[in-house]
Amino acid sequence: MQPIAESIGIAAPELVLATGAMVLLMLGVFRGNRSLHGLTYGGVIIYAIAGFALLGDAQSELAFDGLYIADDFSAYLKVLIFAAAAICSIIALPYLVRARSDKFEYPVLIMLGALGMSMMVSANDLLSLYIGLELQSLAAYVLAAFHRNEASSSEAGLKYFVLGALASGILLYGVSLVYGFTGTTDFRLLQVAVTETPAVGTVIGLVFILAGLAFKVSAVPFHMWTPDVYQGAPTPVAAFFASAPKAAAMGLLVRVCMDAFGGMMSEWQQIIAFMAIASMVLGAVGAIGQRSIKRLLAYSSINNIGFALIGLAAASELGISGVLFYMAIYLPMTIGAFLVVLSLRGADGRPLDTMNSLKGLSKTRPGLAIALLIFMFSLAGIPPLFGFWPKFAVFNAAIDAEMYVLAVIGVVTSVVGAFYYLRIIKLAYFDEPEGTVLPQESRVNGALLAGIAVFCSPLGLFLMGPITVAAARAARAMLTF
Amino acid sequence: MLAGIILLSGTAVILSRNPVHSVLWLILAFFNAAGLFLMLGAEFLAMILVIVYVGAVAVLFLFVVMMLDIDFAKLREGFVSYLPFGLILAGVLAAELIVAAMAAVVVGSPGEPVAPVIAAAADVSNTEALGALIYTKYAYVFQASGMVLLTAMIGAIVLTHRQRSGVKRQNIGQQVARRPEDAVIITKPGVGQGVEL
Repeated sequence: MQPIAESIGIAAPELVLATGAMVLLMLGVFRGNRSLHGLTYGGVIIYAIAGFALLGDAQSELAFDGLYIADDFSAYLKVLIFAAAAICSIIALPYLVRARSDKFEYPVLIMLGALGMSMMVSANDLLSLYIGLELQSLAAYVLAAFHRNEASSSEAGLKYFVLGALASGILLYGVSLVYGFTGTTDFRLLQVAVTETPAVGTVIGLVFILAGLAFKVSAVPFHMWTPDVYQGAPTPVAAFFASAPKAAAMGLLVRVCMDAFGGMMSEWQQIIAFMAIASMVLGAVGAIGQRSIKRLLAYSSINNIGFALIGLAAASELGISGVLFYMAIYLPMTIGAFLVVLSLRGADGRPLDTMNSLKGLSKTRPGLAIALLIFMFSLAGIPPLFGFWPKFAVFNAAIDAEMYVLAVIGVVTSVVGAFYYLRIIKLAYFDEPEGTVLPQESRVNGALLAGIAVFCSPLGLFLMGPITVAAARAARAMLTF
Repeated sequence: MLAGIILLSGTAVILSRNPVHSVLWLILAFFNAAGLFLMLGAEFLAMILVIVYVGAVAVLFLFVVMMLDIDFAKLREGFVSYLPFGLILAGVLAAELIVAAMAAVVVGSPGEPVAPVIAAAADVSNTEALGALIYTKYAYVFQASGMVLLTAMIGAIVLTHRQRSGVKRQNIGQQVARRPEDAVIITKPGVGQGVEL
């Protein structure tokens, strides 16, 4: 039995988030909806404190009798998650106020979701995996339906909830099968129990667990909810969905595959490779006919998840560090793209979402058009921009693992995907403006947008060194488990 | 036998036309599951299942089903047209599972559990054993499920609570502070005159 005080010290970031969320909730209850701004910035401070609590000695430590693990891998992902959650709660402010749903629960729910995600990446047991996942999903369902008065938002929430509950059920079924056939839920013991010739129940259990997790990262064939939910949910919420939960679920997928089921590598490698190919192809092809920018970004996120899965399919240290590097670049790119959508408002002040509203953006809003240009080129993976390097890293890992087919399909779909990214740029730069687009209403959002754009532009390459070093360290920590 | 009844009543839940009957079948399934737990020696779980699921959840279901006026015939529309495709999918899945299981019977050996199931100590009732584990070994997940419930509660409030205007709320402070002079006007109208307030 591990002393509880020691465990609490190791799990400090989660503790900070949990108490922080409750403190914010109490403040909100007493101060009412007026306190939304205060609570949001208070929340940012709490994320900073939780991030600070991550700093410490680098060795991996187990807490709570092996239910929880803190290592470089989880720390790396937690930094991404906290940063994305903080940004997503700030950028929502003007939107929520304008849509008259400025309820103080918004930052609290985001924080509870972030708590669930950080529990996910630190899970070292199927039990804590499930609880973390459930906490994150529950907060996400509510956030999707946050605009309760709008039919599309309620629909998105309901759809997400029903499909998410189904996915959780499948995951749990898999967990129970694995437990039944191996007698343990602990990742370390599973590593011993799972061998090259596993029992059939373990294989079926693994397939079910992978299906449940694939739903969370929205990998094909479990992607159907993504475009509908992203389109229906409020834009800042969609930005949140496309960023932090993806990083968390990806981290979880990597840990489950590499750690717990490392012995069954040949089994899950096929599944992951299939999901990678299917996601890349469907993400690239599905986006072409879209009229709504949010739907297009949803397909783009499916596409990007496919690229990240290549790294996992390679199942090497190079591949894992590729995945981590990919997530670190994908998050700012996608948040930036959603931030551009968030800044588009028509003449009546209502948010715009159609592709046609981008027409002639370079004339009406030149600054925003440049940011859009950077994000789209970056998402398409055009070399001088930052988005090229993570793709390079995962393709490199695939070639290193002699998975040439995967790498070739990746490159081809990347070219197909470039078509619709370039189409957006064509709309913004070469078409005549239709209607007016109001200027940016919030200085903070403008500054964040500029910051993220600079990060994704070639200037961001100065940061590439530290990020790759951190990703490599995290991958090593994961593998020398 | 208990398992068989669970399967039968589970099927009946889906098939019965009247939603109230469905809920009643569900209750039967819960009772039989409780019976299974009892036979496994998990009397605490059995009782919890009866109390929580039958006593609370199923009754709540019953209320909801009775209160909501849903036209189930309408919901079923399109069921027949999807049926063949659904059956094909289900058949393929079932066939795959059977093939996998057959292969395992021929080739593989059932995996040897690495962590043997801990035998229950004879002198500890399983309520005590559960309590001892939940608050020590599994304290982390126990607390975390508390956070899950908190999130669910916040979610329910966010999605359903609305501020109505024009609600007449009782303000006790005001009521207590009310003095006779504020509320009563004493007049002495003359004979044949009205009162003007």
